[in-house]
Amino acid sequence: MTSGMRLSQEGIVAALAALLFVGFSLTLSNFLTVNNLISLVRSVSILGILGIGMGLVIISRGIDLAMVATMVVASSWVLSMVQSGTPLGWALLFGMGFAILVGAATGILVAYALVPAIFTTLAMGLIVYGTGRAYLFQVDVQNAPSNYPWFSFLGTGNVLGIPMPIIAVGFLALVMWVLLRYTRFGRFVYATGDNILAARIVGIPVRLLIVAQFILTSLIAYAAGIIMSSAVSSMSTRIYNSTMIYDVLLVVVLGGISLSGGRGGVRNVLVGTLLVGVLLNGMTILDIPYTEQNLIKSVILLFALIIDSFINPRDEQTAQQQQGDI
Amino acid sequence: MLNMRKVCTVLLAASALLGSALAASAATQGLDNAERRDPYYKPLEGKRVVFVPLAMGFDLTEGWAAIMRRQAEDLGYTFEIRDPNWSTDAGTRAITALISEKPDLMIIHNPDVQSYARLLKRAEAAGIKVLQVNLESSYTTDSYVGADWVKVGYIEAKVLADKCGPDTSGKIAIMQGVPTAASNLYELFAYHDVFDKLDHIKVVSEQAANYDPAKARAIMETVLEQHPDLCGVVGNWDNQDVGAGAAIQEAGKSDQVYVVTSGGGTTNGCENIEKGLLDMIVSYDVPLQGDILNQQIVEILLSDAKAGEIKNTYYTPLTLLTKDNLTPRNCWSLDDLK
Repeated sequence: MTSGMRLSQEGIVAALAALLFVGFSLTLSNFLTVNNLISLVRSVSILGILGIGMGLVIISRGIDLAMVATMVVASSWVLSMVQSGTPLGWALLFGMGFAILVGAATGILVAYALVPAIFTTLAMGLIVYGTGRAYLFQVDVQNAPSNYPWFSFLGTGNVLGIPMPIIAVGFLALVMWVLLRYTRFGRFVYATGDNILAARIVGIPVRLLIVAQFILTSLIAYAAGIIMSSAVSSMSTRIYNSTMIYDVLLVVVLGGISLSGGRGGVRNVLVGTLLVGVLLNGMTILDIPYTEQNLIKSVILLFALIIDSFINPRDEQTAQQQQGDI
Repeated sequence: MLNMRKVCTVLLAASALLGSALAASAATQGLDNAERRDPYYKPLEGKRVVFVPLAMGFDLTEGWAAIMRRQAEDLGYTFEIRDPNWSTDAGTRAITALISEKPDLMIIHNPDVQSYARLLKRAEAAGIKVLQVNLESSYTTDSYVGADWVKVGYIEAKVLADKCGPDTSGKIAIMQGVPTAASNLYELFAYHDVFDKLDHIKVVSEQAANYDPAKARAIMETVLEQHPDLCGVVGNWDNQDVGAGAAIQEAGKSDQVYVVTSGGGTTNGCENIEKGLLDMIVSYDVPLQGDILNQQIVEILLSDAKAGEIKNTYYTPLTLLTKDNLTPRNCWSLDDLK
């Protein structure tokens, strides 16, 4: 997708990540250790999982701002059901059903009622969060059950020394890569994102495809929530009020998946996630205060976007598209 | 003379008899005690009390609200909640609207020491009494009921100073909450006051997790990589620091790293001590705070003083929760309060 001569945004971000990586390795004594690198990747693994889901909808010119809401509400509901005596297996199934329902509702609104995805999912996030807070659980922090070893394993276990959350990102990335690259579904996603009218004319069932994507993204968000609640041994719905959804968008867009659709892939998400990971890890080791961390993070992200807009200027085609880019 | 004395005695006896007869009749009929009861109940009826928490739906605010609501129903004043759901902006709007609505009393839970300070001053000027709860503003109003955060900080710091004596690495990580919140600022003062005077204590990390357990977890993982010999963690809130505890437990260092934090003493927090994620919670006992809030509400509503004339402070008692005292008395659940 990228020509040899032209620097892609993904390339810039990868270079930036590599630069930071080398810089930190030379200046921080314990940065370049296997354990630190594992914890570096691990600390952004949830972001990576969400990013892969978000990447999928963005490639087909959608966006899902309800991901964080789905993640926290579905998994909090599961934990609260387990606390009141439901077996974990059933609770997980119910949670999955909830995620599917949210995804399907969003997809139907976007595909059949033609409400732009950005507004649908913005509203859907509020609906999901409100439903959760009003009907599904009482308090906004739910403790994870401690009597199911396999549940704890999902977030805290290791396979061959690699923590489960990293394995989960790796597995999901692989599945998504195959899905996008080698299946008809994947090619259709790109086609829809590139030009939805042309896709429809050639006979791609774009509406069903959109519904399927939102369901898939919703399920990915749910999986992220389950892994997260296992890893921190609780789930806090307050995350919905944080800037997490923007962080997810940032790793996706930063990695080079265009908001105007049809371009990018799993690798872009991983590169974007790694840059954020290296940055956060290095700054934590340097013990930089929280507010300054946010400032540095934003400046570096803005820097990457500025370089991108110099190298890959907005073209006529982008400008003419129905929704424009966001 | 004798006769006169006799008459007096008889009269006295008679009056004593009459008195006891009267008393006896009161004992059968009872006394209405109106002179004490009426001035207590009558002025409370129809008064309006509004609570502006950080957000509803978490242990502390739900606990206080449950207790305050119960008394309001009992005494016949109205109790409303304006829930800004963690948004300082929405909270500011709620208070601004309330100032023009003129309730009798506002109960304010401050997100940080600055944001509401001006508004509280305006409310006072408008004659609205303000009771602050657990997180204070830099502006002092009619009453503050809550933890003495400096004291909480001293207790936590001293516990760690003991645990991390000269025979250990002496390395301590401070896990901050929201950097500008009252709890954070006042605790931080105490931590540094204690730690900076001790040569064997080294503060190796001072990061803010913004009440987010996942962030606390990520920070703790990195800190443990840098300082595998970490001795203690002092945190801001049990709901947040459980994330740090999870990272420590996963690294297999639960015995080496002592985690002390503070919280409202919910069963959730107690469970986390039982699971070994946290070692000590300095509990500010939400049910007790709720009772003190109720007392202050009545006192303020009944008082003739103008808004801002009296400035009460009530620092609630603290309980040190460890594995040894996780009794039902110390660990409450929301259902107990409702």
